[in-house]
Amino acid sequence: MDIKDIIKPENLVYAKPRLMNDNPMHYCPGCSHGVVHKLAAEVIDEMGMEDKTIGVAPVGCAVFAYNYIDIDWQEAAHGRAPAIATAIKRLNPDKMVFTYQGDGDLAAIGTAETIHACNRGENIVIIFINNGIYGMTGGQMAPTTLEGMKTATCPHGRSTELYGYPLKISDLIAQLDGACYVTRQSVQTAAAVKKAKKALRKAFENSMAKKGTSVVEIVSSCNTGWKMNPVAANQWMAEHMFAKYPLGDLKDI
Amino acid sequence: MAEDIKLMKGNEAIAHAAIRYGCDGYFGYPITPQSEIMETLMEVAPWETTGMVVLQAESEVAAINMVYGGAGCGKAVMTSSSSPGVSLKQEGISYLAGAELPALIVNVMRGGPGLGTIQPSQADYFQTVKGGGHGDYKLIALAPSSVQEMADFVKLGFDLAFKYNNPAIILADGIVGQMMEKVVLPEQQPRRTEEEVRKQCPWASLGKTSERKRNVITSLELDSAAMERNNIRFQAKYREIEENEVRYEEINCDGADYLLIAFGSSARICQKTIEIAAQEGVKLGLLRPITLWPFPTKEIKHRGNFVKGILVMELNAGQMVEDVRLAIEGAVPVEHYGRLGGIVPDPSEVWDAMKQKLNINICNKQIHNVPELETISEESMQEVISNLNKMTP
Ligand SMILES: Cc1ncc(C[n+]2csc(CCOP(=O)(O)OP(=O)(O)O)c2C)c(N)n1
Ligand SMILES: [Mg+2]
Repeated sequence: MDIKDIIKPENLVYAKPRLMNDNPMHYCPGCSHGVVHKLAAEVIDEMGMEDKTIGVAPVGCAVFAYNYIDIDWQEAAHGRAPAIATAIKRLNPDKMVFTYQGDGDLAAIGTAETIHACNRGENIVIIFINNGIYGMTGGQMAPTTLEGMKTATCPHGRSTELYGYPLKISDLIAQLDGACYVTRQSVQTAAAVKKAKKALRKAFENSMAKKGTSVVEIVSSCNTGWKMNPVAANQWMAEHMFAKYPLGDLKDI
Repeated sequence: MAEDIKLMKGNEAIAHAAIRYGCDGYFGYPITPQSEIMETLMEVAPWETTGMVVLQAESEVAAINMVYGGAGCGKAVMTSSSSPGVSLKQEGISYLAGAELPALIVNVMRGGPGLGTIQPSQADYFQTVKGGGHGDYKLIALAPSSVQEMADFVKLGFDLAFKYNNPAIILADGIVGQMMEKVVLPEQQPRRTEEEVRKQCPWASLGKTSERKRNVITSLELDSAAMERNNIRFQAKYREIEENEVRYEEINCDGADYLLIAFGSSARICQKTIEIAAQEGVKLGLLRPITLWPFPTKEIKHRGNFVKGILVMELNAGQMVEDVRLAIEGAVPVEHYGRLGGIVPDPSEVWDAMKQKLNINICNKQIHNVPELETISEESMQEVISNLNKMTP
């Protein structure tokens, strides 16, 4: 079989999602962002919502999300994506609107915007990449950084005495009446990817059914920021991150 | 049709004018002395009539970012606040300018710095016209001096914002916000349909259709050469605005011995000063910049050729006076008189300061006729101040 036979449609078992474009990704090898982008692109396409979806990109490693998924986007100021998405959705109720945010963006500088958008029950989806670190700025401490974990701004390990505790913001959000679906997923195995995709689909459907805010947290690795190779990073994530941030639905109504 | 004349506060006029303009969304956070804007909108409930969205945000930071989100969809959206709240909005305003989005911001100024006072002030002139947020950008800044202009500048602000894809700001103060005057509101304009918005704003993020590539609203450009090109484009746009959009009013300027320059409510006070000076035989002109940016530099320079001196009166420690001095380039003396912290001077106090600072000697008392002007009465000023005294920050 030469390559031409292999790429015959009937032999195709997997393809790049139609809504992912050809721009080379800037993400580090081993990073979870690319996988989550792919899932979002697939779900939007499968729902037939390409022409009605507006994404809001964060400040963080995913700042260039708009370069990869072929839909309309707005690039937010650091932490403000939920406020921006609020207005987009309220002014265009027929559109499908989502934010894509890191843990620093969502749970530090943007805590107020996150909590209040969820509390108002905005009909949007929040995709939340929790990698326990500020990836983009070079690996500083995030609100989600685990106790004892070393980062550029806590080189001796996060001390809870000095810096407080890892923030389980999804648990907080689950308490809010405006949030209809809060789930914690991961994408380090094929099975996990499948589950995460299902969660995203449900979240997007909720937003169009006007059920309130859906938050899909993806516990992710940042092997560069964690200073590990990708395999070790995924192992460390399963061992330590999942212990603090257990996977599964926190709320589903 | 008979003109529909109403009596209302400047803040209320802004709210009604916004609805009638066909504004798509208002996002705000309460702060004195401008809370009546959102209160009026909530009372009128335009979402039931025009479909306008009105939302009380969790902060001024959230509100300005909601404006960014709406503006990025090509919608006519606005926010309003007062000085401390407008400080919080500065990051968002810089992003609006950087992403070249049209939007309307209203600042009903109060005295600062810090939490300051809730009484009127004009101390945010520098913040408004010299940047405020980070980066090289400009806001189209309109300074209303009457309730009628509070209403009129909503449309003017939106029209200019959409003409240039640039945020515009109405820089008012507690006096124009709180005082009651007669106003003729504009006719109700329909809100644009999505089709119309897509046509007017082909860059808007309203969902990618098969007819066009995806739209991305962003101010980010990591390639310095491209970022410089963006900045050069912004600067070219700003020069075009300076060329085309200067607005000002001149009162009694032809043949004037001395010139007063003031904006907003200060200009209303100075109108009375003209009358007082006329009683002492001195002819004063008043030049009122309506656009604080673009600034009427050429017009002020021109007027400087015909007067012996200029007094700039502002409710601040001397801000616009710097732009006047740059315009006059030392041709005649330019002095400043201002009161701070929410104190509003009376017109005779301004005249006394002018005589002293510009060495004006009264020798031949020849009384001039002055045009009849709509100054702010002593009583209505007292009412504004005593009403504000009853409010809380
Ligand atoms: C107002 C503001 N403060 C700080 C920054 C710098 N900054 C950029 S990204 C970032 C942290 C991002 O971390 P996170 O949200 O966790 O995203 P990640 O890169 O890990 O995906 C910071 C602090 C900024 N751009 N703007
Ligand atoms: Mg992070």
